[in-house]
Amino acid sequence: MTLLAAPEQAPAVLEARGLTKHFAVHGTAAAGRRLLRRGRGLPAGPAPVVHAVDDVSLQLTPAHVTAVVGESGSGKSTLARLLARLVMPTSGELLLGGKPAPAGQRRRIDYAKTVQMVLQDPFASLNPVHDVHYHLSRPFRVHGLAKPGADLDDKIAAVLERVALTPADAFWHKYPHELSGGQRQRVAIARAIAVQPRVLLADEPVSMLDVSIRLGVLNLLGDLRDREHLAVLYITHDIASARYLADKIVVMYAGQVVESGPAVQVTDSPAHPYTQLLLSAAPDPERTTPVTLRGRGAPPSAVAPPSGCRFRTRCPHAMAICAEQVPPAFPAGPAHVSSCWLLDTSVPRRRSAASTGPAADGNGPAAGGDRTDLGEEK
Amino acid sequence: MAVGIGTELEAGGAPAPGVVPAGAAGGRRRALRLPRSPKILAGLGLLTFFVLLSIIGPFVAPYSPDQIFANSPVPLPPSAAHWLGTTNLQQDVFSQLLAGGGDMLLVSFLAGVLATALSVVVGVTAGYLGGWADELLSMLANIFLVMPALPLLVILFGFLGKTGSNDLFLVGLIISVTGWAWGARVLRAQTLSMRNRDYIDSARIIGERRWRIIFTEILPNLTPIVASSFLFTVLYAVGTYTAMAFLGLVNPDWNWGGMLFYAQGANAELTGYWWWFIPPGLAVALLGTSLVMLNFGIDEFINPRLRAAGLTRRAEGRGRSGSGRPGGQRPARVRRVRRSQQFALTPVIRTMGRAPAAVGSGSEVLP
Amino acid sequence: MTGGRSERLLEIRGLCVDYGQGPAAVHAVTDADLVLDRGEVLGLAGESGSGKSTLVMAATRLLRPPGVITGGEVRLYPGDGSSVDLLEAGYSALRVLRWSQVSLVLQSAMNALNPVMTIRVQLTDALAAHLPNLSRKERHARAAELLAMVGISGDRLASYPHELSGGMRQRVMIAMALALRPQVVIMDEPTTALDVVTQREILEELKDLRDQFGFSILFITHDLSLLIEIADSIAVMYAGRLVERAPANALFRAPRHPYTLGLLSSFPPLHGPRVAMTGIPGSPPDLRMLPSGCVFHPRCRFAVDRCSVGAPPLETAGGDRVAACWRLHGDGPVPVPPELAVPEPDLAMRSMP
Repeated sequence: MTLLAAPEQAPAVLEARGLTKHFAVHGTAAAGRRLLRRGRGLPAGPAPVVHAVDDVSLQLTPAHVTAVVGESGSGKSTLARLLARLVMPTSGELLLGGKPAPAGQRRRIDYAKTVQMVLQDPFASLNPVHDVHYHLSRPFRVHGLAKPGADLDDKIAAVLERVALTPADAFWHKYPHELSGGQRQRVAIARAIAVQPRVLLADEPVSMLDVSIRLGVLNLLGDLRDREHLAVLYITHDIASARYLADKIVVMYAGQVVESGPAVQVTDSPAHPYTQLLLSAAPDPERTTPVTLRGRGAPPSAVAPPSGCRFRTRCPHAMAICAEQVPPAFPAGPAHVSSCWLLDTSVPRRRSAASTGPAADGNGPAAGGDRTDLGEEK
Repeated sequence: MAVGIGTELEAGGAPAPGVVPAGAAGGRRRALRLPRSPKILAGLGLLTFFVLLSIIGPFVAPYSPDQIFANSPVPLPPSAAHWLGTTNLQQDVFSQLLAGGGDMLLVSFLAGVLATALSVVVGVTAGYLGGWADELLSMLANIFLVMPALPLLVILFGFLGKTGSNDLFLVGLIISVTGWAWGARVLRAQTLSMRNRDYIDSARIIGERRWRIIFTEILPNLTPIVASSFLFTVLYAVGTYTAMAFLGLVNPDWNWGGMLFYAQGANAELTGYWWWFIPPGLAVALLGTSLVMLNFGIDEFINPRLRAAGLTRRAEGRGRSGSGRPGGQRPARVRRVRRSQQFALTPVIRTMGRAPAAVGSGSEVLP
Repeated sequence: MTGGRSERLLEIRGLCVDYGQGPAAVHAVTDADLVLDRGEVLGLAGESGSGKSTLVMAATRLLRPPGVITGGEVRLYPGDGSSVDLLEAGYSALRVLRWSQVSLVLQSAMNALNPVMTIRVQLTDALAAHLPNLSRKERHARAAELLAMVGISGDRLASYPHELSGGMRQRVMIAMALALRPQVVIMDEPTTALDVVTQREILEELKDLRDQFGFSILFITHDLSLLIEIADSIAVMYAGRLVERAPANALFRAPRHPYTLGLLSSFPPLHGPRVAMTGIPGSPPDLRMLPSGCVFHPRCRFAVDRCSVGAPPLETAGGDRVAACWRLHGDGPVPVPPELAVPEPDLAMRSMP
């Protein structure tokens, strides 16, 4: 389901439609079991796969930061790799500038000129044997954007200044191990923006940095959005930083999108029980009442996810329909959607309770969220 | 329990202390700093000694190795005229020893170079490309690993005959054929693990081509392992060449294996002519030891934990002896920690006043 | 803290820890003072290089070479009127104290559990080491009891560590740490590697256990926003030094040290209007090349000339708070910055138990 776009948005630079990625499971136990079943004349059933990402649709628009929030196992990193075309989707399509992204080596380089990525670990994303100058020269050389010599040096200096690593010639000849975590991450960002891409994918760019320098890097990403009009995808598990930086938040659970909408609205009035759980669990010094977690347990197995809504095994409001059908995206406010049967207005129930969403402290849905009151589809 | 000093220093404003990648390609203003580990120095020293010995040996030898002196059937023990005695043909053992190093080192290093080159090509290609290329090349390496080396060499040298086995290049080539497979497997495993590193993914995202990634991103990181594999292969070649000469498959004149061949033929070990077989055996053993020490030293360099243990012992020793303390202050209370208890207790060493932090020195390599 | 909680349990005075010796030694911890009362949750906050992990590892004598303790005192008051100086204690005395009085939960629970031994064996090992009189059956029963305490069913005793999720493994570590009912439980980033929901669950369970058994917790983390919620008092460390210590709510509402102020403004809030935040410019210093005077002054927006000359001592900043900053006393023409002089919050406002 595509999102309801606000009217003043520019057309999407990068769009994902129904992206799905299943990884094959390489286990002798599972293979052995299937062999046994075949030997007994029984149908072997489908080969087991890890459902990393299932039917995810997303739009990245210029001068916008879209945050994808989820825990480990939610599929957010796989989504980033799909968007960067490091892995190929099992199904679904990717549209760059409205046209399908082409395959092939030559086109891959064209794609790399438009879509770039910054990875999580600043200590691993720079090759320890090359210095900063080499790292930054590669994007220019690969795409033929600079001639070696003074031209290249000028462009490298310019991009270093853009990420506030000045004076540039103090950093040129440094090796990664001579830089701090924040500096390395800035070099990684500089390398990504060197080709002047239109899309920047950032996979947990600040999770491994010291707390006091995270905001500096996040502000840099915001600045790139404002001045270069980049479409930024910010992947994180920290919903507070998503609220700070992003224009739109997309919440993922077990490989699917469960909620998306404007950042402040999603955090102030979360419509999906999982988002409510995340917000109630997140550290909040301003909190005045003790936390009640609604929805204990762990994320489901990625190999055999629950039928219907994948959150139903932990959801305090699970109904019968949740096990039968995957909930589509229902509107929960202006440009705000949530995939939850609780929001289904076609079933007779108290409208006011369902559509106003829960209280801000995440202590559960609004009054009337009791299971029997909402009626059950039998 | 991990102390975490590594992460604490590296993750902050501080760069990772003391880490110097060996053999970094394209290091502009950075000289290659070899660690000053005793193992590396000892190994290098011993190896240099043997190399020099082989080069100048034939010139400083008192006599020619095959010069016959007398007509006695019994080898003579060491004397003033013959420092290491004579063989049963009355040739000077010392001269033979000095002349024996050259061929050995030449063949071994040649075999090492050839085998390492082959293992790099096969291993890295198999590791990075994956798929059918990997299957094919791995099968090739496995076949060579499984084939028993000694019988194969016996057969091959048998084919060569007398003239072939005198050709050092050919001998080196044949030895390298049996010695490359292990290194290929190691390099393939390393490449496989490196293939999924973030900086390789970053290179792909930038748009680098595959072959460029292999040569400029992966290979420079493999340098310490390639060096170690090279030394290991040279060691293997030393042993194999000695064995071949001992078995009489290659020309025994003049190398240490050949001396052992002749000595064994005359039953020297049974009749107690120790000056004939002990010196060449010792020479081979020492040469092997020097290579092994170099290898250990490189291992220590690659693995920071081994390095930390060695340097800690030196640093503690220095601290305890009171050297390096400003003003010659003596420690007020020094608690000696028994090595066995090092696992249990953090030592408490109190000083009169704390030594001021050396601003900007940071020269000691401390993890 | 008043009432029965004011009894001192663990006291660290002037602790100095170096890595290496001689002029090239790195001063990881300098002059650290910490006091842990009975039943209290003390948070220790700091970033990388702050020395927080080094401090507790040294205090329990678990720091590995090249770590060396070069000064200070660590006193444990087991409650029978005696006190033990952990730095002077011998190996056998420490062995008895460890785990029965002071236990430790570390960050990577995945690595702390032996992958080839079942959970039952690892739990009973710890019990056997300290309680040799228990029979095997008693030990097994005790192990099941410990698991139940942290909410894991007894049938997981036969599982191997890789069969449990990260959250469950961390719970097993907590159970192991509580096996002998210690008085102090030190936790070094126990929930950082876990997702936020599991983290919250575990912290709730920990609070329940604390209420039940009355032990004190020394909680080390970089997540200051979390500490404000769960700790009674918080100590902040920077570059090996303690810079501030205060009750949690007071620290949050009225910080007295510029670093604490900067750290608090590095956590974006979950409510309210979005405002631009800057964190703290620069990065934590290299411990081998510390700035002169106050270690924080190059990054401090309130720094004056005096700050680069001498290191400020840890002095009282009202009530039982301490902070180490020259600007707090407003000597001469230089006033105390208003950001550091916010009035203390009313104690009655604090609703957390």
